[in-house]
Amino acid sequence: MVIQLMDHIFEKYSVRKPENLIPLLQEIQREKGCLTDEIIEKVSVFLNIPTNKIYGVATFYDQFRFRVRGQYHIQVCRGTSCYLCSSSYYLKEIEKVLKVKSGSVSRDRKFSLEIVSCMGGCSHSPVIRINDTFYSNIRPGEIAGIIKALKEKTV
Amino acid sequence: MQGPDNTGIREFLIEKVIKNYSGIFDQQTSERLTRIRREKVTVPVIYIATGTCGVIAGALQTLAAIRKFVLENKPESEIVETGCNGFCSNEPLVDVQLPGKTRLSFHNITADKVEDLLNSIFHHSIQGENVTGQYRFPGLEEWPNIRAIEQHPWFLHQRRHILKNAGIISPFSIEDYIARGGYKSLYKTVLNYPADKICEIVDQSELRGRGGGGFPTGKKWKLALDTAGDRKYLICNADESDPGAFIDRAIIESDPHRLIEGIAIASYAIGANNAIIYVRSDYEKPLSVLENAILQAKEFGFLGENIFGSGFKLTIRVKPGAGAFVCGEETALIASLEGSRGLPASKPPYPAEKGLFGEPTVVNNVETLANVPGILENGPSWFKSIGTKTSKGTKVFSVSGRSAHTGFFEVPMGISLSVMINQIAGGVKNEKALKAVQLGGPSGVCIPPKDMETLMDFESLEEIGARMGMGGLIILDETCCMVNLSKYYMEFLQNESCGKCIPCREGTRKMLDILEAIIRRPKEETSHETLERFKGVVQLENLARVIRDTSLCGLGQNAPNPVLSSLKWFREEFEEHIFDRRCAAGMCHDLRTFIIEVDMCNGCNVCQKKCPENAIIGSVKMPHFIIESRCTGCGICFDVCKFSAIYFK
Repeated sequence: MVIQLMDHIFEKYSVRKPENLIPLLQEIQREKGCLTDEIIEKVSVFLNIPTNKIYGVATFYDQFRFRVRGQYHIQVCRGTSCYLCSSSYYLKEIEKVLKVKSGSVSRDRKFSLEIVSCMGGCSHSPVIRINDTFYSNIRPGEIAGIIKALKEKTV
Repeated sequence: MQGPDNTGIREFLIEKVIKNYSGIFDQQTSERLTRIRREKVTVPVIYIATGTCGVIAGALQTLAAIRKFVLENKPESEIVETGCNGFCSNEPLVDVQLPGKTRLSFHNITADKVEDLLNSIFHHSIQGENVTGQYRFPGLEEWPNIRAIEQHPWFLHQRRHILKNAGIISPFSIEDYIARGGYKSLYKTVLNYPADKICEIVDQSELRGRGGGGFPTGKKWKLALDTAGDRKYLICNADESDPGAFIDRAIIESDPHRLIEGIAIASYAIGANNAIIYVRSDYEKPLSVLENAILQAKEFGFLGENIFGSGFKLTIRVKPGAGAFVCGEETALIASLEGSRGLPASKPPYPAEKGLFGEPTVVNNVETLANVPGILENGPSWFKSIGTKTSKGTKVFSVSGRSAHTGFFEVPMGISLSVMINQIAGGVKNEKALKAVQLGGPSGVCIPPKDMETLMDFESLEEIGARMGMGGLIILDETCCMVNLSKYYMEFLQNESCGKCIPCREGTRKMLDILEAIIRRPKEETSHETLERFKGVVQLENLARVIRDTSLCGLGQNAPNPVLSSLKWFREEFEEHIFDRRCAAGMCHDLRTFIIEVDMCNGCNVCQKKCPENAIIGSVKMPHFIIESRCTGCGICFDVCKFSAIYFK
């Protein structure tokens, strides 16, 4: 099923060159949410690259993931500027409220938490992003409220 | 969007503006140009900066409020989205221009302020606050008692060439860029000069790479031009991953066509028909801005086959990176584009001789390329007249951290650090004392206050052991702990080390271990264990030297810089951490010792209930006490105390 749905992506990369590996994986991930063993095998056959090489590439870069994100994906910036504005404090706060460690997904698959290196919003640090909404210049105590509100929100 | 004379705008801009060498226009043309540039407007125009920094500050909400207001009150108005003008800390930025009046610039316009602001402007009165300044223009009525925007302290010391259009034009409109002199240099280049002449002009201008290395750009191009190859490549490096630097993002978001023009000229100069822009994948907005700009340039015939009838063809592709700091290094970037792990390779051969797919490749930074159209337009001697003896031109810096204002600005090379910090950035926030300035990202150094008069050029910085890097400044005040910051950078680099060479992979890990040992709390350990923990400290400097001398690429070679420079200038702070087990700044949480002030404590019992370690004792309505040996320094009691009875030393 998964494989059939990917055909239209493969069609775009008719030139089966190794340099298409990263763009191909990026596009598949965008569509599927994450990479799976099945996808890697399929890509391996398509580009004629051994699967171990593909795993090598996919695990090297931060962007590729092998687990689906939660419904609310929380990104905590850890750039220098945010670090100085104690972003690690907010990270701990979020971990405490959600009971989720950074880099993992909550049990109900509603939240996932990630530390990102720099979002480029250094002038408004600390910056936390939840899906497409940015929260900047946050004060202590504020973030727990935001997340609790999301937690209670039913879809 | 351009008003009634939108028809034939492309032909007009190409035939009458770009192809006009003299730059002197007849009256009809110049009138039409002022309208396209929106220097004179017939309907009210409202500009809003919607770059990434603006969006983070809430510009989208402001935009929605503006749309609502306009629809209800002045439906004929035009709303233009611009990039950021650099004054990031005071976003959302809104500009308003009424017919016959000068353009006014405002800052900190959050959604709730929109209605009041627009109401008062449309009634031709403005409140004093939130006004940045006005853009004066001959023939337009000025607003009384408002300074010109160039007089604002943030803009006063700047000399904007690369950022000339930033915050003024719409990044989504190629017409805006052409009307302000864009793509003229490309036209001149491809029709008048052979490729080697362009290399020569850029060499004469003494432009040096802005990505950190400072290699002469003209020489790099010439090398690639002279190397035989079937297909040559130009790569624009926009993989800006230094935490704390956002110069490339700013340039792309506010004036993307300047970059596209620079790339086109550079490709022509080295004989490349393929150019690639490697953009950091987290940069969603720049990615979409660039895609749109390339489409427009293609439509206008500035990219593709037979550009301006010269026979020169060029395709530009945008490739999002996959998120690896090391890919900012040119050989690693090339490896990543070839579809493998981004591991750096040893040089030589340099990419200019053997790069992408083994072909001659030039890798240039965004800012370097954005300088090129200006050099071609005004000539190399103009460019050389700005800056110092060895560093020519202007440089864009971004400033963040604990300064009063943060954002990005462009100054001539050779301006002193103190002017940038005290005048432009407005000094340190909350009138705290300046401790150091971190320049050049994780592989940069800390500059102590005594070196504040250092001139910002490649050589002067080298003299004090610093490097310009991308140009990201981070202001540190007295509440920042240098040991903790060194640990932060080491952690970052350790994480991002690609693992190819041992000095970097193992060395950074070892250094991180040592730094972590310094800031960890001495729990119940014997003196022998403590000794073991600190064994590495004496080796820190030696280790750093070995890593610097033996690593393969710039990431490893520069990895010890933050630690070495902090050790050099702030040795007492390291010693205080090691010998006294104390962090004066309070950033190293483990080393904090909390004490309850007996006179202030009313025994409310909150801290005792919250303490996870049961380290606080005391009965209700009696002053409490913290047992030092149990306290982990988490600071929860400090946060929950409503009577400011708890302090740390």
